[in-house]
Amino acid sequence: MNFLYAAYAVTWVIHIGYLTTLVRRYARLKKEIAELKK
Amino acid sequence: MKRWFPILGIVTLALLSYALYEALVAAPTERTMGDVQRIFYYHVPSAWTAFLLFFLNFVASIQYLVRRKPGVDRIANWIVLGIAVAICIGAYVVPPPAGVERSAVATTGLAVAAIYFLVRKLFPGDRADILAVVTAEVGVVFCTIVLITGPLWARPVWGIWWAPGDIRLTSTLVLWLIYIAYLMLRKFSSSGNTAVIAAVLAVFGALDVPLVYFSIWFFRTQHPQPVIGGGGSIDPRMMQVLLINWVAFLFFAYLVSWSRYRLEVIKREVERAQGMQELMETRAR
Repeated sequence: MNFLYAAYAVTWVIHIGYLTTLVRRYARLKKEIAELKK
Repeated sequence: MKRWFPILGIVTLALLSYALYEALVAAPTERTMGDVQRIFYYHVPSAWTAFLLFFLNFVASIQYLVRRKPGVDRIANWIVLGIAVAICIGAYVVPPPAGVERSAVATTGLAVAAIYFLVRKLFPGDRADILAVVTAEVGVVFCTIVLITGPLWARPVWGIWWAPGDIRLTSTLVLWLIYIAYLMLRKFSSSGNTAVIAAVLAVFGALDVPLVYFSIWFFRTQHPQPVIGGGGSIDPRMMQVLLINWVAFLFFAYLVSWSRYRLEVIKREVERAQGMQELMETRAR
């Protein structure tokens, strides 16, 4: 059972981790756009 | 699409929750492996999704390369049509491998051509290059899950984490490494030809996908035999749960890829604007 839960948990950790990097990249781009508009 | 995004997000979340319930609770328990077999409902759909994304990366890379010269683009269109027709005719002339339907081969041929022309229509200009980057990145995420969930299933079932020399396992690892190399090239190369070099790498890298997929059809491997085609079989209820999970993963992959695509489009626009600003500052000096 531990292996089953580990596999499902790892899958979602990877997906959420990747989504977090996307959000961070969006935030960085927003900053760059704000600087360009100055 | 922007308007549909929240609705699609809710649908995807509902689908993923339902698929998780089906995989962990509703699916029948496998007689010999027990509950650990349920890893299969995440492992296999992740692999199929990764293959689909790498195939889209392959198509987008070809499009990016052939569009550089209009004559080559036109020839490529005819070649794709020719391949589709040849596959359709070949499916009914050449005997297919055991367990493979002739109609499935013909449909695959038509689907390949349809995807090629769909990508051509929906991603004009350098948008094909953006699609290539996005599908490679999201494909690597799904392929990473395949490479981690596989050993987590293998340890309790086989008694080992990894079977060295197994062609399915090794070719999947090689596939992952090829696309990691592709993403590294895109991130760190400052050459003006990065997109072209990356597209060539992607075209050759994609050749590994059929090797991964068909390795268990034609070679004796430690990896289990195919569940669809190739003489494999599966309990109909398990197949239903597998397909529900794949649909949920496809929706999720689409949403993530769309977000990443938007990010890449904005990033390139910002880079262009920054370049223009620098040029204007240099001229003003």
